[in-house]
Amino acid sequence: MEAKVEAQPAVRAKAPVVPERKVGAVPAEQELKMKATNVNLWYGEKQALFDVNLEMYDKSVTALIGPSGCGKSTFLRCLDRMNDVIDGCRVEGDIRLDGEDVYAPRVDPVQLRARVGMVFQKPNPFPKSIFENVAYAPRIHGLARSKADLAEIVERSLTKAGLFEEVKDRLEEPGTGLSGGQQQRLCIARAISVNPEVLLMDEPCSALDPIATAKIETLMDELRENLCIVIVTHSMQQAARVSQRTAFFHLGKLVEVDETSKMFTNPTDQRTQDYVTGRFG
Amino acid sequence: MSDAQAISPAPTVDWNSDQARRRLRRRYAADRRLQAYGIMAIALAVGLLGVLVTSLISTGYPAFVQTKVDLPIYIDPSEVDAEDPAKGKYRSMVRAALEKAVPGIPEDQLRDVGKILTSDAPYIVRDYVVDHPDTIGTTITLPIAVSDPFDQLHKGVIPKEVDALTWSQVHYFERLKNRGVVVEQDGLTSLKLDVYVDPTKVEAGDFAAIARDSLQAYLPTVHDTALFAMLADDAPDAIAKRVAEDPSIIGKTVQILFPVSPPVAELAEGKTPKVLNPRFAPEQIKAFDVMEKDGLIRTPFNWELFFNADSRFPERAGLAGAITGSFFALIVCFLLSFPIGIAAAVYLEEFAPKNRFTDLIEVNINNLAAVPSVVFGLLGLAVFLGFFGLPRSAPLVGGMVLSLMTLPTIIIATRAALKAVPPSIREAALGVGASKHQVMIHHVLPLALPGILTGTIIGMAQALGETAPLLLIGMNAFIPSVENMGLLEPATSLPTQIFSWADSPERGFVSRTSAAILVLLGFLVIMNIIAITLRQMFQRKW
Repeated sequence: MEAKVEAQPAVRAKAPVVPERKVGAVPAEQELKMKATNVNLWYGEKQALFDVNLEMYDKSVTALIGPSGCGKSTFLRCLDRMNDVIDGCRVEGDIRLDGEDVYAPRVDPVQLRARVGMVFQKPNPFPKSIFENVAYAPRIHGLARSKADLAEIVERSLTKAGLFEEVKDRLEEPGTGLSGGQQQRLCIARAISVNPEVLLMDEPCSALDPIATAKIETLMDELRENLCIVIVTHSMQQAARVSQRTAFFHLGKLVEVDETSKMFTNPTDQRTQDYVTGRFG
Repeated sequence: MSDAQAISPAPTVDWNSDQARRRLRRRYAADRRLQAYGIMAIALAVGLLGVLVTSLISTGYPAFVQTKVDLPIYIDPSEVDAEDPAKGKYRSMVRAALEKAVPGIPEDQLRDVGKILTSDAPYIVRDYVVDHPDTIGTTITLPIAVSDPFDQLHKGVIPKEVDALTWSQVHYFERLKNRGVVVEQDGLTSLKLDVYVDPTKVEAGDFAAIARDSLQAYLPTVHDTALFAMLADDAPDAIAKRVAEDPSIIGKTVQILFPVSPPVAELAEGKTPKVLNPRFAPEQIKAFDVMEKDGLIRTPFNWELFFNADSRFPERAGLAGAITGSFFALIVCFLLSFPIGIAAAVYLEEFAPKNRFTDLIEVNINNLAAVPSVVFGLLGLAVFLGFFGLPRSAPLVGGMVLSLMTLPTIIIATRAALKAVPPSIREAALGVGASKHQVMIHHVLPLALPGILTGTIIGMAQALGETAPLLLIGMNAFIPSVENMGLLEPATSLPTQIFSWADSPERGFVSRTSAAILVLLGFLVIMNIIAITLRQMFQRKW
């Protein structure tokens, strides 16, 4: 049953730039992780994305903002080819992970999704135990050679997700019995259990209360040390708090992308200005 | 928003005006009406179900007990070979036992009295002795079922005595009474009739015809020989006597008193005349009463209804063959339709491309569920029996035909269950890099399993009750023993057994048919309980 897929060891070439431990701070030098060039997307006849060009850097958080239906979630789902399973969805353009085309025929989408993890809007733990939730992905990808290995991975992932202390005594209880914020952190633990290089987060806090949101935001900041994070959010404050770069989508087009501080203080485009100041959307 | 000023302000509503109150009343009335319709519909459905079950139980319950005689039988060593106990004169031993239990039966009545016991009685004794050879030379007391008429008599289904006069005879008597021809004389009831003494008939000596003609003259519109049976057998003699006394009355009309038959005389006294039920001989009833008085007659629970196979004699017929046959057929049906159904549903729901061809398949599967089962029977007959030459009447073929019927149900139920699994679970699994089949097998199928099982068991329950396709492939064989039953041997099934019992003329099969239906319903209830239990067992929340 175990898929014989060796997880891609996280390639961290060159001397890593130590990010400043200041929320919202932009590292001085950045390494390109994912690059989307001229991405067009159709749902059947309807075009949802128009020539999107975006660069996402390692060890930083890129926030995608924009009004509902502007295509930011759609774009996010292109990055790990989750749109493949949607009937009538067609993607054109070039999306590269470490310079490698993720839509190339020889790329296995299943393997890709192990390298590019995803966290969804609504917490969606499997209806299994907390342990099983985290252990599932390492197991199907053959990351653990023994039970002890697996337990270690589970503990590490839960610790990274800041959940281990809360659930260590009840790992066998169903993951669905946790609170909403805990469930979402469990989903993050699940996503990082296979050491992905990129973590996509689709409005991860929209179903959570402010306290749980704060925990997840802190978590994101910690995770960014080793990861490229792309987050879709409706909350401008959140984008400002957690991201280093922000991209503004409108009507399926990427309007503007820049460093977060610049986007929120001095955007180039009028539409961005209107949106971040709350004049529309 | 500057547009807001263009919109006129909303009209103020007076919630206490008459109009508002009327609207409120109407809304409440509509609510109540809707509820009342629902309650009426449910009451109707429950009522009809109650009628069905009540009528089944009331006709079926006698079949759950069986009248038996505890007959002490001496196993005569001179008539049974200890080496080969299967060959013995058991018939005469049973007869001897009966003679001993009811002494004084005339020789010529012995055969009739023997019919109290089931015709299988010698074989019951034989089977017992074969199983217990050490009983040879001893007297054993075996409960032996009584034959169907006596079973029915003992259970009170058919009466020992029946009305001697028909309803129309009673009516004729009333009319004669109104005409004033019924007279009481010397404690005897007679009919005082005007008789035309027909010379030609007197010459022929046919006084009975004269009596008939005179009675007919009083009720000219009645053409019924039962009318004449109301006269005593010796009624014509009264005319003969008068003619002998006074030959001058020939050719004239005179008044003659005719004696009436004994039941009519009883009726005249205000009683309801009864005679022995013509099904029974008087000696049989006497012997039966003797055995009953001696406490030999018992009505224990009828285990044979479940452990015996079919028989020509209702008192010996049971459902074991039918239950075994249904069981085999359902096993085959399950083994075929469960994996095929799930595989088809998973493919159609999860993997098949959406195009015209798959649409066509989908429509056809949905239509298959609505195809009359007899058509599947014909298909089975033509393909499985005709083309592949599989054996007739076999549970294997029965199960295959039933699986044709169950498949659409299972496929539809499985697809519904798969659809009901929330997409977030699929996304979660895909998101951590599970392949399509891993998503399916690890996450979606376990969550859909309760729904799949429920659909399957409901499909199987449907198949259990299906009659027509099994009749067409001949799965209504007469199975007198369960010993040789197998997948390829002829068999019968519960519904076809019900069908053939319902067709049988013996009175005992009436209650047995209802009892068999109750057994079938019992199995259906059990299967549904299993479905509910499984669903609750596997149900997981997310």
